[in-house]
Amino acid sequence: MTIAPTRAPAEKGVQLVVRSWRQYVVYVGFVVVFLYFAATQGASFLNGTTLVNIVTQATPITIMAVGTVFVLSLGEIDLSIGSTVALAALTAAVTLQVSGAWWVAALAGLAVGAVVGLVNGLFVTLVRLPSFLVTLATMGLVAGLAQQITNLQSVPVTDEAFGWLFGGGTLLGIPILIWWSAVAAVIGWHVLRQRRFGAHVLAVGNTASAARVSGIRVTRVRIAVFMLSGTTAALAGLLYAGRLAGATYTLGTTDLMSVLAAVIVGGTALTGGRASMIGAVVGSLFMSMINYGLLLAGLTVAQQEIVRGVIILIAVSLSLRGKKGS
Amino acid sequence: MNPLSLSGISKHFGGIVAIERFDLEVEAGEVVALVGDNGAGKSTLVKIISGVHQPTDGEIRLAGERVAFRDASDARANGVEVVYQDLALVDLQPVYMNLFLGRELRRKPFGLLDRAEMARQTQQLVDDLDVRIPTAKATLSDLSGGQRQAIAIARATHWASRLVLMDEPTAALGVAETAKVEELILKLKARGAAVLVVSHNMEQVFRIADRVTVLRRGRQVGTTRVAETSHNELVSMITGLSS
Repeated sequence: MTIAPTRAPAEKGVQLVVRSWRQYVVYVGFVVVFLYFAATQGASFLNGTTLVNIVTQATPITIMAVGTVFVLSLGEIDLSIGSTVALAALTAAVTLQVSGAWWVAALAGLAVGAVVGLVNGLFVTLVRLPSFLVTLATMGLVAGLAQQITNLQSVPVTDEAFGWLFGGGTLLGIPILIWWSAVAAVIGWHVLRQRRFGAHVLAVGNTASAARVSGIRVTRVRIAVFMLSGTTAALAGLLYAGRLAGATYTLGTTDLMSVLAAVIVGGTALTGGRASMIGAVVGSLFMSMINYGLLLAGLTVAQQEIVRGVIILIAVSLSLRGKKGS
Repeated sequence: MNPLSLSGISKHFGGIVAIERFDLEVEAGEVVALVGDNGAGKSTLVKIISGVHQPTDGEIRLAGERVAFRDASDARANGVEVVYQDLALVDLQPVYMNLFLGRELRRKPFGLLDRAEMARQTQQLVDDLDVRIPTAKATLSDLSGGQRQAIAIARATHWASRLVLMDEPTAALGVAETAKVEELILKLKARGAAVLVVSHNMEQVFRIADRVTVLRRGRQVGTTRVAETSHNELVSMITGLSS
């Protein structure tokens, strides 16, 4: 163990301020970037359609961020979520063509995500490999499968119910995608903060040995979290398939960085044990807003990538710097 | 019936004899110290009583009832709590979550974590034991090493119905913090707990223990009342050299 030296009160106060500043980076960043776009682009940014689009564009990222908060809370990482998006979307689209039933297709897609998560979890726990390596391997494997099953062909999704539920529907005048984001965020927060499972995930991620001697079933918790992560990625896949009215193997391939950035900027520690669900959700909106603002500003795709990379670097540095040592 | 009674406990790892025919009774309201040189088998013995290892031979009785633990959770379910040298606490969680780690209280009907009740019970416990922490809601990493060890001991007290085992509870602490923790151990004793404590520190043994039992290379050299022995005698029992 390490012994914390007795700190002087003043130093403790400073630490408290620094810590809460890091916790709130994402909210401050969100407001600053929002005001910047509002000031520079005026009404083309500040209108209902744009703001709704920012949230609905973010939906798949928001949902994967919810799963990723649990994974990072464990001190693990899941790199396979991006390719799981494509495999789940294609599986759902193909199943829809074969069965014609939207719910069978949805369940098939979600099952694919759960199975990918199960495989990840089993290799991490039973074979005791680092999750970084396991999910790097499954990322490639799943991407390969996604290309294989339809031989690189796109599959259209024409089912109305599926399209409504996972894409263009509205409920009580609010786009269905916003409902999905809200429901995922609320359930994620509830499980993390108000359920035993969330407390156990944080305990395992903080000190697995302490969790184990306290009677927490560490292996079961780890496997469950990877399955949750795979399932959220699959749900994101369904939402892409619904919104774009079709599935292709390239879906989700660039989402991994956005999801990780959203979660880390939101105040969840890569080292485990410390998590913020609300921060991750705001982080995903932050990422979406940057994408949208850069697009409106008329930057080319290449320029957007550069600016996005720089913004992520700055935001992540602000929220992580020095945390490891403290 | 004594809370703990061990008879003829042996443990072999392959051909290596870690513990040979160990006997001990620990009474309620008694602190027994387990001393010995490095590798004498002290930690192995603690692990046997706490269910981490199963003895090769011999029997463990809790309040007269024979027990055979499958694992550490099984031992805990039978009222045996362990305070580990390396704490077994979760740094980034509040004190009350550590106290209830793995046994969180939940509120009916939805099974939500009952944080308020856990914090309330924790506050009451630390107040009763006079553990000085800012609040039960403080994050563990904001506390000193002594405060954290006190929390580990408070947790053991809260859950132990029969026996508290301590493996070098003050090994990593400074002088003032050690004094606080020893005070806490004496409070446990006053509340009628049976305490078995592994210690390297002879002065500490004389300060807190009623009896002391000595292990040397897996063999039990002897058990004696602390009041009837001396520092020199103990050291010669531990080392096997006559003083």
